[in-house]
Amino acid sequence: MTIDAGTPVPLARVRGRTLGRLVRNPMGVAGGVLLLIVLVAGVFAPLLAPYAPAEVHFSTPFQQPGTVGFGLGTDDLGRDILSRVLYGTRASLEVGALSVLFAVALGVPLGLLSGYWRWLDAIVSRLADLMLAFPFLILAVGLAAINGGGLANAAVALGIAQIPTMVRVVRADTLRLKETDFVLAAHTMHAGPWRILGQHVLPNALPVIIVQATVIMPAAVLGEAILSFLGLGIQPPDPSLGIMLSDAQQYLFRTPWPGIFPGIALAVICLGFNLFGDALRDALDPKTSR
Amino acid sequence: MTEPLLEINDLEVSFGDTPAVRGVSLSVAPGERVAVVGQSGSGKSTTAHAVMGLLPGSGRVTGGTIRWRGEDITHAGENRLRRLRGREVGLVPQDPMSNLNPVSRVGRQVAETLLAHRICGRREAWARAVELLGQAGLTEPARRARQYPHEFSGGMRQRVLIAIGLACRPDLLIADEPTSALDVTVQRQILDHLDGLTRELGTALLLVTHDLGLAAERADRVVVMSEGEIVETGAAKQVLTAPREEYTQRLVAAAPSLKTPSRRPVSSSDVVLEVEHVSKEYRLRGQRGRGGVLRAVDDVSFTVERGRTTAIVGESGSGKTTTARMVLGLVPATDGRIRLDGAELAGLHGARLRAARQTMQPVFQDPYASLDPMWTVERIVTEPLRTFGVGDRGSRRVKVAELLDQVALPAALAQRYPNELSGGQRQRVAIARALALGPRLVVCDEAVSALDVLVQDQILGLLSELQRELGLSYLFISHDLAVVRSLAHHVLVMKDGRVVEQGPVDEVLTAPSDPYTRQLLDAVPGATAFAG
Repeated sequence: MTIDAGTPVPLARVRGRTLGRLVRNPMGVAGGVLLLIVLVAGVFAPLLAPYAPAEVHFSTPFQQPGTVGFGLGTDDLGRDILSRVLYGTRASLEVGALSVLFAVALGVPLGLLSGYWRWLDAIVSRLADLMLAFPFLILAVGLAAINGGGLANAAVALGIAQIPTMVRVVRADTLRLKETDFVLAAHTMHAGPWRILGQHVLPNALPVIIVQATVIMPAAVLGEAILSFLGLGIQPPDPSLGIMLSDAQQYLFRTPWPGIFPGIALAVICLGFNLFGDALRDALDPKTSR
Repeated sequence: MTEPLLEINDLEVSFGDTPAVRGVSLSVAPGERVAVVGQSGSGKSTTAHAVMGLLPGSGRVTGGTIRWRGEDITHAGENRLRRLRGREVGLVPQDPMSNLNPVSRVGRQVAETLLAHRICGRREAWARAVELLGQAGLTEPARRARQYPHEFSGGMRQRVLIAIGLACRPDLLIADEPTSALDVTVQRQILDHLDGLTRELGTALLLVTHDLGLAAERADRVVVMSEGEIVETGAAKQVLTAPREEYTQRLVAAAPSLKTPSRRPVSSSDVVLEVEHVSKEYRLRGQRGRGGVLRAVDDVSFTVERGRTTAIVGESGSGKTTTARMVLGLVPATDGRIRLDGAELAGLHGARLRAARQTMQPVFQDPYASLDPMWTVERIVTEPLRTFGVGDRGSRRVKVAELLDQVALPAALAQRYPNELSGGQRQRVAIARALALGPRLVVCDEAVSALDVLVQDQILGLLSELQRELGLSYLFISHDLAVVRSLAHHVLVMKDGRVVEQGPVDEVLTAPSDPYTRQLLDAVPGATAFAG
């Protein structure tokens, strides 16, 4: 192998490369746009929603979409579907973000440490295997049933259920990075394990961590909807897309609208994260960036 | 003059909008051997690939013509090209490790070429394949043909690739860096064999290589390329001994030769590093009970004196890198003593190891891998200062400028990231990092092997300059005898974990007493050409 002595690449080009690749990928742009819509809807739900999510209008149940005052219609109790979808999206994002934080906060350190020390790896990896032996949802349902309902508990249950995958991804990257020459060079400078993990391994593992987070996020959003649908997640009267689906189920053949809109919202959230995550992975992939 | 076999006229090749080859013209007569020489990125491989219609990705021919026996094949269709490849033009690719199908028997892969061109039937093809493998220099070809690539060494795989390239008796064989992944002695065997075979069959050879010495030794005519253009062409001997163009002159001058360089003798002779009877054993897995043991390094002793360079030379698997890693304290020695400045190094822990490491720093082979891509040059160079808690933020910044100046890099580079630097610049950064703590010993593990000749020459110059100025001692690990010759004072030749010969460089490399050293020396391409 020979290495050429070509001209150096200007700084701005390297910095803008990841972003540039993302923008040039139509799927990534589509994902980004969907994500932006979802985030705006969730963050500004209190401003955008015409009614409080739990406000009932017993005089006007089962309104069709397009009714004056109720843009997406109302449900069996006359609650405004638009307001509930907005607040439900907000709750979904909250649960998703919290569980991602949880999985990152526990999974990343465990992955780094188990990738670095083999004796610890034996313990952590077997535990991760044990958790992975249960389907993600069974695990989350079990944890949620033990912890009880509520937004925070749902987030913790989903977060814990996602820790093993995060550990695996980070561990694999740590195994790769600890054999690189720059880590070897750091050893000869007598850099300790903490310095090597914190300053060399973690920054270089960030791309895979970010990508894994975009994979966990939609799974957690979907998981929250399922837990809430089963009555193990967010509890009424707090709004949640899962609860809306569960409520709409009884009247599905009379008016499908209360079930269709939260379904669309869920699909858009997951599609946004998945498309964006895929594009981000391609953009960050070192194999295609040389 | 006979009609040329291959005639390239004003060839232009672009990748997307980036031109890679500009106005290249060359011809190959029947039976002639032509070498295309250039550094990486010079367009030499691209030219070869254009002939075969094998341009990767967005590459396409944008101008000029390629004529094969007078027929224009510049924009020939896939059908014509398929008949051309293999049957009329054979290819020996560069990397023997990735160019064979790992799940298919070797003989089958040779026979496949014959079957694809419908030269003979299945049974006959197998017999021919066995015969070809034998011709390519494999012993017991009948048995070998039934084996899989992973059972073959690098040199043997390259022989298989040569057998495939010559299977249909092409008129022209294109060899794209056929031996750059191999050790010198293997390289010599392979090239000798390739020479013999092509001469016997009357096949013309287009040899693509980065090694000027190799080109001069193996070709009738040499074409020197740089940045997509032909710089100089001429008879091999003439290009090498009396280059006309300035670029070629620089290339020839930069090629490390086996001639004795004028080296100022260093008077001092106190010992910095002392290695005594060091061994390293690895336990092999999967053998219960008795347990197999691999002696990677076996009873190695040497010293490095102050202000001098001790080099360890050997082919891959000789244990030279393991020795360097034991000295650096990265791998514990199984047996023996390593003393740095009189202090025992093996078995050191904590503060004492820390102190020892301060006086000894490494420079690794691959400048792309040895610098953290997420860090700026400044952060990389000051890393040893920070881990050892030397100075504060302000004094470190001053030190960075000083260190960059020492390795002849502009101070403005301090805020750049490694991927914005060239290979040579990166290796300079790695050297600056090694110098940060003011070490007495620098361990260079193949520090110039990954660099192009011109850059390699500059880095070697820098290293010897730093040695003079700072009184540094080097432990220099290399597979390249010529590089060792130009830098080292003392040399060890290693083979299979043992030292076969050691002594002053002039003695060992001019009058070797061990047959293996002699074999290594003879194998250096262009040795005779340069010496003559």
